[in-house]
Amino acid sequence: MKDNALIVAGIATLAAGTYAFRLSGQLLRARITFPPRVTRLLEAAAVILLAALVATTALTEGHGFSGFARPAGVLVAGVLAWRKAPFLVVVLAAAAVTAVLRLLGVS
Amino acid sequence: MRSIWRTLDRGVLADIGLACLAVFLIGLSYGAIAVASGFPLWVPAAQSVLVLAGASEFLFIGIVAAGGSPIAAALAGLLVNSRHLPYGLALPPGVTGRRWGRLPGTHVMNDESVVFALAQPDLRRKRAAYWACGLGVLACWPGGAVIGGLIGSAVHDTSAFGLDAMFPAVILALIVKDLRDARTLRAVLTGAAIALAATPFLPAGLPVLLALAAVLLLVRAPATVAGTSPDEEPAVAQVRTAR
Repeated sequence: MKDNALIVAGIATLAAGTYAFRLSGQLLRARITFPPRVTRLLEAAAVILLAALVATTALTEGHGFSGFARPAGVLVAGVLAWRKAPFLVVVLAAAAVTAVLRLLGVS
Repeated sequence: MRSIWRTLDRGVLADIGLACLAVFLIGLSYGAIAVASGFPLWVPAAQSVLVLAGASEFLFIGIVAAGGSPIAAALAGLLVNSRHLPYGLALPPGVTGRRWGRLPGTHVMNDESVVFALAQPDLRRKRAAYWACGLGVLACWPGGAVIGGLIGSAVHDTSAFGLDAMFPAVILALIVKDLRDARTLRAVLTGAAIALAATPFLPAGLPVLLALAAVLLLVRAPATVAGTSPDEEPAVAQVRTAR
């Protein structure tokens, strides 16, 4: 594991920067009006980032393939979410499907 | 603060409770995964209180565990958390608190508290929903992380419970509404494909950033301008999409 000082610095950077994002949006609101088109691009960028995070955390582990169990669980969750199942059902289904597949010997 | 319970109707409080319960369960998996990846318990504990933004914390843990630098991991996490800036733009003034009250109020800004706030019809109820959900997450996320970390130290193989599938499922559930828009879906799939293709070759964190190139698909599409619907309140549209 990395040395602790570097990890503390990383956590401090992430915490301070995140707080700055949270605060600056509110401070900007009073002063700047973004054109709707720019706003929509910002929103879309956030969704694209989050979706890429879903794809990589579901399908990969390190630099390789994560195995079938995890993406299968996420896929089931995605179908349930698309069909407007309750949030908790979606999340628990992902864990349950993945756990059952692993129990059956599917990695 | 005591007025929260009288201001919000029961249905809204139940929904907030459910969202907080989900946050607690994800917190469990977060703490367990962090400890299983070799981190001491104080790392997820400190992050869950000080950062209080789940996706970026998972990303941080993942990058550092894969051998990446903690500073690079923090920068990647900040990119994910940059969505809090449009959140702040979307909230009407006064929701997070007044004057100095705004400083602690700002810290509990997250996906859930912002969406619950915006769904309320007036400022008084927006503020109550924001604080109820924000404080609930502030209790449930670190609580889940610490308990999960303790379980993770005791349980040898957390992957047997499928906890690693919960995080992508949560994010997916939060953005699925936006995927119903065909143009967004196309850009999202392109971005995900770019990230997946880059994963074998680039350090952790970077592939997700590369996915942003897919935004260009939306810039060039003329429909982006024409498709701006005038009757949609920008603030609501903003957070609806960011979620």
